[in-house]
Amino acid sequence: MTADLDPRWGAGAVAVVIVATLVIGTWGLRFSRTTSDFFVASRSVRPTLNASAIGGEYVSAASFLGVAGLVLVYGAEMLWYPVGWTAGYLVLLALVAAPLRRSGAYTLPDFAEARLASPQVRGLCAVLVVAIGWIYLIPQFQGASLTLTAVAGAPGWLGGVVVALVVLAGVASGGMRSITFVQAFQYWLKLTALLLPLAVLLVVWVGDGRPTGAGEGGSGVTGPGVADDWSMPFGGSIAGLADGPQGLYVTYSLMVATFLGAMGLPHVVVRFYTNPDGRAARRTTLVVLGLLGVFYLLPPVYGALGRVYAGALTPSDGADTVVLQLPSLMLDGVLENVLTALVTAGAFAAFLSTSSGLTIAVAGVLSQAVTRRQAARPAVSGTGQGRRPRFGPVAAFRLGAVLAATVPCAAALAAPDLPVARSVGMAFAVAASTFCPLLVLGIWWRGLTDVGALAGLVVGGIGSGVGVVAALVVEGGSGGWTVALLTQPAAWSVPLAFAVMVGVSRATPGRVPAYTDRFMVRLHTPEVLDLDRG
Amino acid sequence: MARWTRRRTRLGTEADRATFRTLHTASLASPALRQGLTAASAEKAVRHLHALLGTPAVALTDTTAVLAWDGIGSHHAAQSGALAARAVAAGTTVLGDADDLPCEAAACLVRAAISSPLVVDDTVVGTLTVLAPQLTGRLVRATDEVAVWVSGQLELAELDASRNRLVEAEVRALRAQISPHFIYNSLGAIASFVRTDPDRARELLLEFADFTRYSFRRHGEFTTLAEELRSIERYLLLEQARFGDRLAVRLRIAPEVLPVTVPFLCLQPLVENAVRHGLAGSSRPVTTVTIVARDLDQVCLVEIEDDGAGEDPERIARVLRGEPVPDAGPGTGAGSGEGAHPSVGLGNVDARLRATYGDEAGLVVETAPGAGTKVTVRLPKFTPGVHA
Repeated sequence: MTADLDPRWGAGAVAVVIVATLVIGTWGLRFSRTTSDFFVASRSVRPTLNASAIGGEYVSAASFLGVAGLVLVYGAEMLWYPVGWTAGYLVLLALVAAPLRRSGAYTLPDFAEARLASPQVRGLCAVLVVAIGWIYLIPQFQGASLTLTAVAGAPGWLGGVVVALVVLAGVASGGMRSITFVQAFQYWLKLTALLLPLAVLLVVWVGDGRPTGAGEGGSGVTGPGVADDWSMPFGGSIAGLADGPQGLYVTYSLMVATFLGAMGLPHVVVRFYTNPDGRAARRTTLVVLGLLGVFYLLPPVYGALGRVYAGALTPSDGADTVVLQLPSLMLDGVLENVLTALVTAGAFAAFLSTSSGLTIAVAGVLSQAVTRRQAARPAVSGTGQGRRPRFGPVAAFRLGAVLAATVPCAAALAAPDLPVARSVGMAFAVAASTFCPLLVLGIWWRGLTDVGALAGLVVGGIGSGVGVVAALVVEGGSGGWTVALLTQPAAWSVPLAFAVMVGVSRATPGRVPAYTDRFMVRLHTPEVLDLDRG
Repeated sequence: MARWTRRRTRLGTEADRATFRTLHTASLASPALRQGLTAASAEKAVRHLHALLGTPAVALTDTTAVLAWDGIGSHHAAQSGALAARAVAAGTTVLGDADDLPCEAAACLVRAAISSPLVVDDTVVGTLTVLAPQLTGRLVRATDEVAVWVSGQLELAELDASRNRLVEAEVRALRAQISPHFIYNSLGAIASFVRTDPDRARELLLEFADFTRYSFRRHGEFTTLAEELRSIERYLLLEQARFGDRLAVRLRIAPEVLPVTVPFLCLQPLVENAVRHGLAGSSRPVTTVTIVARDLDQVCLVEIEDDGAGEDPERIARVLRGEPVPDAGPGTGAGSGEGAHPSVGLGNVDARLRATYGDEAGLVVETAPGAGTKVTVRLPKFTPGVHA
């Protein structure tokens, strides 16, 4: 970083994003009104807006910062991350989107209950939602700390705490009022924050005579002489973990996790409920595919430019911040500060939107656990004698939100510095090993039973959970097959979970719910057909 | 050894354990039977009844034919149906021997049958038919006792069904409650615009038509929040046409909650209540009715608030408990149920919300004399079995 980078710019950009988020969250709906108070109710969320919101919530720190860092260090193989994150929506579109919406379920535990009528499966799903949410939240807070340190020289803990506080403030102040607008705004902000600086940087790169990293001494971690490998999809060591057949295994594992994991992310699934029907859900997914496809073109270019201008960055040296550092490495003066501020704003938008979506999803599950334990009664306050529940729904939700945000925030402060994209990959692996089999089999196979689902969820959860723990322990060091299998479990844990679910369900055919056929009709019949869905 | 004895005492004697086993098996059959006597419920229950009685086969029949059969020898189903019909006609337990159950198979274990009637509300609705190698007094007694127990469960099912019918009747009553007064007043307000502002009169008339079409809708227990709010908007437009500047309305609806499935007419009575009580006895020149729908992830909160005269909380509490309440005085007659009970809509909505979503979904009413009224409805986004 050059000396003339002014930390006030970065801090100012962060402040602007925070204020904009809270303002739109609180008053967004008023801007959206047209003539009068009336007919607001009839305006449901359109697929385009909903898709922008999904994009905003989905494009996280891993996408905004992590991909460029990985591409810079490990080369073109890392493109499988953005490819997988986008392709996950293709699978979602084809197999899940419309039937899930027609099921009427809001969360994944809801779907499990509607399909299998089993409180045990529901409970296990709720636990998994909290687990996935927390695993996913940790890198968001880490990324925020990283960003504030890089652009404003703040202490390492500050960024995560700031994001957690802003998210909680938004939730507690009733800022949920127009969460869709906030998230949609964040998507476009993130896209702009990558696109504009990139245009400028590319002009600079062309002006410099289009240098390539290899000609400058090949200063990447792969060392001189292997520069060609960098641009090959199966060239070298993937994520520094393994070579040869192990590298291939790890690549496939990554693909399985990202292709199948998107459908099991708790904060993504709930957005589909906002669509009025299954058709709108499909349209939304299609638009999401387009939006993500455009967005994910950009971070790899940052990675490639980083290889030219910031080749010295290594994983331990903050490769994750290459997006933030490029403007100051390539430019001088005001432009440097402006562009750095812009990418900082985008990065913070990424942390805020993803963590608020996840916090809300986890808080919903936790608050439901609180409220379900309370027996309520006719409650009349004022001067009457009616008793109120100990926690009203709002208080229970706030309590849930505090728990949902503070636990991963504390973990992020305590945990070792994992590459951001890889820890998000773990959340995907868990989602792909648990909710993907449940959703796909639940929607497309009438033979699924509650016992089968339980067994599959447990096996998939343990299998991928082992991977999470192993990744924390092994931390990037290369090893043999054992390490590869343990740290990237998706390629075996997902098929295993599917097999267990099918096998155990086949062994317990008597437990197929009696209404399964009727439920299937509701899932798969387009709304335009007039038939009795009761 | 001492440990073994202790464990045995804790689990009870052999007889105790047999009793527990029997009660447990019976409890397994009970949820299915609580759905009434249908082919589907009989299918689920008969397995457990079979386990309870331990004979080669057990069947549940309606008054003419077998609904579900568990065990061997299902080729006797038609004969069992005939036997069941005799039991239904007789109203008492009927025994059948080998003559009633002719069979080609020499090794067939089904040589006798006991058909015991199932009685609900003094009407025979079917039989429990037990098939065995031979008749014994003990088996006849056991069959009778199980049949009585099954009858009890079916009576409970009938009770559940009648409770549901009651809820449906309440919805119908609510529809019928759109009172003549509201119709007169709306038409009167529309008429006053016919000369001065014909366009507005036409629009209002169309709103009125749409409002009544929705309210008199016949099918479906559930609708979406968007539909319900649309109807409320129409209602408020009509009321505003009548009261002009005296009634102000504020809506703040999060678009995310519009697709939530809600019981039909679960909010409109509350809004009518707010308008009526807001305008009645309020000394303010303008009464504001505020409707807020908030998204709290898994639940949606709808708050309906007026800044009118408010009420004695004890009165509201009694309305919600379903107790008779003396009329507070003449209403101004804005909405439905004029001259009838002023808060009848409140109790009805509360009861239906509890019946649909469980007790934690009941209305929360915050009010005091002179302080306005705020009613909060908590609607889960998903509840099993609730879909539009």
